[in-house]
Amino acid sequence: MKWNGWGYSDSRFLFNKKGQAEFTGKRYRLSGMIIPGLKDWFESTFGASLQHKTPPILNSGAVPPPTLNEAFVEELKSTGIPMSHEAEDRVFRSHGHCLHEIFALREGKVGRVPDMVVWPSCHNDVVKIVELACKHNVCVMPYGGGTSVSSALECPPEETRSIVSLDTSQMNRILWIDEKNLTAHVEAGIVGQDLERLLNESGYCTGHEPDSMEFSSLGGWVATRASGMKKNIYGNIEDLVVHVKMVTPRGVLEKSCQGPRMSTGPDVHHFIMGSEGTLGVVTEVTMKIRPMPEYQKYGSVVFPNFEQGVACLREVAKQRCAPASIRLMDNEQFQFGHALKPQVSSIFTSFLDGLKKFYITKFKGFDPSYLCVATLLFEGDREKVLQHEKQVYDIAAKFGGLAAGEDNGQRGYMLTFVIAYLRDLGMDYYVIGESFETSVPWDRVLDICRNVKARIVRECKDKGVQFPPLSTCRVTQTYDAGACVYFYFAFNYRGLSEPVHVYEQVEHAAREEILANGGSLSHHHGVGKLRKEWMPETVSNVGMGMLKSVKDYVDPNNIFGNRNLL
Amino acid sequence: MASEAVYSHRGPMLKKRDDFEDLLEERRNSSDLRYALRCYTPVLYKGVAPCKTNMLKSMVLQSDQLHYVINQVSKETGRATGEVQEEASAILEEMAHSLQLSTIRFFAFILSKIFKTLFRGICVNEEGIQRLQQAIQEHPVVLLPSHRSYMDFLLMSYIMYTYDMALPVIAAGMDFMGMKFIGEMLRMSGAFFIRRSFGGDKLYWCVFSEYVKTILKNGFAPLEFFLEGTRSRTSKSLTPKLGLLNIVMDPFLKGEVFDVSLVPVSISYERVLEEALYARELLGIPKPKESTSGLFKARKVLSEDYGSIHVYFGQPISVRSLAQGRVNRCQFSLAPRHLPRRPSEEVQSFVSDSAYRLVGAQEENMVLKPWVLLVSLLLQDHHQHRGVGQKRGMSLDELTTQVVWLRDISRQYGAFLHWPDHVPPSEVVSSSLSLHRGLVRVSEGRVQLAVEQAGEPGSNLTPEEELLSQAVILLSCISYRNQGLHVFLRPALLASAIHAASSNQKQEVFNSFSFLRNMFSNEFILCPGATVQDFEEACYLLVKTGALQVTQDEVLVTERGHRTVGFLTSMLDPFLQGYQMVCRFLCEEATGSLTEKQFIPAVRKFIIRHLLSGSLRYTEVLSSDLQKNVLAALLRLGAVRKVKGFVRCHRL
Ligand SMILES: Cc1cc2nc3c(=O)[nH]c(=O)nc-3n(C[C@H](O)[C@H](O)[C@H](O)COP(=O)(O)OP(=O)(O)OC[C@H]3O[C@@H](n4cnc5c(N)ncnc54)[C@H](O)[C@@H]3O)c2cc1C
Repeated sequence: MKWNGWGYSDSRFLFNKKGQAEFTGKRYRLSGMIIPGLKDWFESTFGASLQHKTPPILNSGAVPPPTLNEAFVEELKSTGIPMSHEAEDRVFRSHGHCLHEIFALREGKVGRVPDMVVWPSCHNDVVKIVELACKHNVCVMPYGGGTSVSSALECPPEETRSIVSLDTSQMNRILWIDEKNLTAHVEAGIVGQDLERLLNESGYCTGHEPDSMEFSSLGGWVATRASGMKKNIYGNIEDLVVHVKMVTPRGVLEKSCQGPRMSTGPDVHHFIMGSEGTLGVVTEVTMKIRPMPEYQKYGSVVFPNFEQGVACLREVAKQRCAPASIRLMDNEQFQFGHALKPQVSSIFTSFLDGLKKFYITKFKGFDPSYLCVATLLFEGDREKVLQHEKQVYDIAAKFGGLAAGEDNGQRGYMLTFVIAYLRDLGMDYYVIGESFETSVPWDRVLDICRNVKARIVRECKDKGVQFPPLSTCRVTQTYDAGACVYFYFAFNYRGLSEPVHVYEQVEHAAREEILANGGSLSHHHGVGKLRKEWMPETVSNVGMGMLKSVKDYVDPNNIFGNRNLL
Repeated sequence: MASEAVYSHRGPMLKKRDDFEDLLEERRNSSDLRYALRCYTPVLYKGVAPCKTNMLKSMVLQSDQLHYVINQVSKETGRATGEVQEEASAILEEMAHSLQLSTIRFFAFILSKIFKTLFRGICVNEEGIQRLQQAIQEHPVVLLPSHRSYMDFLLMSYIMYTYDMALPVIAAGMDFMGMKFIGEMLRMSGAFFIRRSFGGDKLYWCVFSEYVKTILKNGFAPLEFFLEGTRSRTSKSLTPKLGLLNIVMDPFLKGEVFDVSLVPVSISYERVLEEALYARELLGIPKPKESTSGLFKARKVLSEDYGSIHVYFGQPISVRSLAQGRVNRCQFSLAPRHLPRRPSEEVQSFVSDSAYRLVGAQEENMVLKPWVLLVSLLLQDHHQHRGVGQKRGMSLDELTTQVVWLRDISRQYGAFLHWPDHVPPSEVVSSSLSLHRGLVRVSEGRVQLAVEQAGEPGSNLTPEEELLSQAVILLSCISYRNQGLHVFLRPALLASAIHAASSNQKQEVFNSFSFLRNMFSNEFILCPGATVQDFEEACYLLVKTGALQVTQDEVLVTERGHRTVGFLTSMLDPFLQGYQMVCRFLCEEATGSLTEKQFIPAVRKFIIRHLLSGSLRYTEVLSSDLQKNVLAALLRLGAVRKVKGFVRCHRL
């Protein structure tokens, strides 16, 4: 794993000696391939040039010595729970994947980091650690997969107590599978891909697939209210969780049974879900599981423009026939996706070449600078999938949508796993970027997309960004009453003295724009510290008071002092 | 006096303004016909295709908003929805424009001919045009011209055509519809028609606002309307009307468009075509109803020299930046946006402040000719030297010296003065006087207003008739003086405040300033809530020009400031006297209740009596505009109350 970038150390994008883009490693379908279109797209979109490079500074910088609470360390030692205060271990757990976090690491800048790391291996270990932490007044920050994008893992610089990063990665077992009720009881530190792999071995899956599933953990999902790509079939994390255990300074919080629904006052699970590590540590979760789907099929639809595409998704949602996943990219993303087409591969038959063939016969009236693409994933038994597929394509046709093949769909989903690597490539060449999300009622989807994209462009201009930014969006989830929208934004920062500051101002403005257009503060990334300032207006002062009083009761000494959310 | 500073500074500093190009110059040198038929390819908003009238109408009829209101009306009245729907379509038919390029070409040809005979030039700031062109491509645009003449909107479209820009769709009052032929011509040149009053008519309001919003949101064409609502008969800007401004801001506030550009346009006429017409109207001398034949009868008009027109396209103002930090747009997130809702207080005050700011921007860029200063001086002279035996008028030399003095002051106050600096002042004066020879008389080297002619011995008019015919001349003159009022207004309020205050204490002066300002806020464009800023601006200007010394707690007129302060006080004096007169009328004569209809004739009679008896100097108090403003101010201040169409005084 990289310590100052995304993902596995062996996998990364680079421009080779011939100036062609290449994705290294063996892990992904794109691995080892040349991507001829990327350079041109990269240079023309950002005005960037391969001549101007900004490689990361490799020394990890002077890490401040740890502030240790000796008594705590001593007592903890006697429990035998592994721990460390090595600089590398501490730095690794001092950040998530926000742009400013990664940018600082690349520049060799290290701020406040945890003073030590502990690795509990089961629920009881956590109980002990939390007890000792309370006894000795040290600050505990739960750490799952480290994929947070809300500054949730940043140590509050004002924290004077010793900060202990509680890494859940060793709590990674499936404790039991209940085939009668289709549930599995799992330790919270398990990482998404391992959970799926292990369940698959028994013929099951959770179906919970956030784009970060290679690295993010079950506990992290619960703590942030995560959302998976296939939520239309399997539900979001709140739909999947049947039972949770959380260790808090007051003791262990859990329900007494596993009834599928209860009317027992406000659901205490909802204090746990989204608590972002401020109340305690999620240690074990009982989750719904499903038999693995018999059949999977990708698909894609081309629409003449984004408006038609959104209208189609709305109709699909209205008829409640959304496939496992349906995502709609705007035109800029379509172009970007096209630039990522690798040189040789059967599944990567050129989309545009195919399109050109179609163009003469079917696609007349599709302007390549307006058209947009929806990618689809169907799952289930074969017959139903085919039926379902037809239903969706029929609806699409009513909105001018034309089926554009399985390959394009599959490629779209594959890209979601490698796209995070691309940011590191950008950063090698003066390009910084980020994505952020929101949820919004249907009638506002088009307005919010237009306005937020335009706001980004305007803010960049006002802040002196020399080149027009990439400002694009996609609709990634559909609901009865609205949709989840992602914005992607990147720019070439050559000529700016404080690129990250500019970046943050633009993202801030974009969030204000989202809120002004009726969008939510977050659909699934959470609040962390990055979006905390908007919490009172989001949940009202009374709501804040409610949350605060829970915090005050559960954790009066602020042991879980990562200062997220409130 | 610590009221919160509400609005951005009016910026009394000297403004850098664009240069003008005369657009008639080319018309005088090349074929009008070719010009009218030339290739016309305007740039459009984000490349949208221009929208056919029928498509526009059907978009309006299919809108959620209209559907909702139709159902509502149907429920309330028990009428079938189909029937209400039909009514809506009929309203739309009556309202909608049907812009046709052929009509525009026709007008381009005819107007070229007419403009060339009437005017010496039509001067436009081309940089403003370029800014506008840019704005049109980026965001929906609303053109907001000042309104002093019927000519205004034809002129605007003419300019837009000339510069190959998208032709505006214009909100026009229904009165034109009375003139069948002209009405239809105007419709085909882009006007749409709104009834003058439709108070509680939901359906009408909805069709109207949807029509406007549909044009705007889709960026089909620049929208144009007059913030002042109607032509100002006095050349003073009118208190802005907020209805349409509310409508055009709504799509931005609700997130339906990213931004809207508002472009204030200042149209200044060196001589207003309707000069005498307006004066008569203000005096209540009946005018013929606006009719086609009436307009064409204006043949006499065609033979006169109306000088030049200056059209200044101001800096486009982004609604988004106006609203920044003023309106929380989240307020629209909790209900479907198509439900009709009264604007919140926050939105109302935002729209109102914006409107004042926009009218302020129009005023600021109004070109003033030397005549405006001359006539201001001549009017003051006229009122000061009415004693018998005195020589009438001012000597040319004296007038010239004074006007040069006033020129320098007004420049320092930021006036947009068009004074040809390369020409000797005496020539500037004489050419101004000769353009306005109907209003001034020059004899034996002395200049005076041409009021005496009416009362030549031998004519057998009654004193009242004589007074009224003089008043026509005077009110015409006053309309030119009024063109420059906004430049002097704040200093003049301060000068009068100093005059009226019982001491030089700053607080005292401020209080009296604040009182006057409040009193006159129906008369002049004064943004509500900006008293402190206005006071500071006035102090700043008078101190800068050396007329005033302002210390920690005192305000003192300097030795050399007396002249300026005197001039400024005299400028406001007619208004002060006028307001007092109307109040006296209400106290003395209107003891019981009075219908609004009765008010104007009654107060007029009262004033005529006082003018004839010599106890009132200012004939301009006869202006019904002033009288209505006093009434509105008194209503606002609660000194007068409205009871079902009756007006009743309180304790005055
Ligand atoms: C490339 C990329 C793609 C992403 N895609 C998605 C997506 O599709 N859907 C989605 O929902 N999110 C997505 N995310 C965001 C992120 O993956 C989620 O927020 C995820 O749930 C975080 O899990 P984690 O295990 O990495 O938690 P961490 O990042 O380690 O921690 C996140 C927060 O949860 C707390 N926490 C972690 N574990 C526990 C625990 N056991 N008990 C109590 N608190 C805990 C931490 O203290 C912290 O406040 C993405 C992020 C990246 C970088």
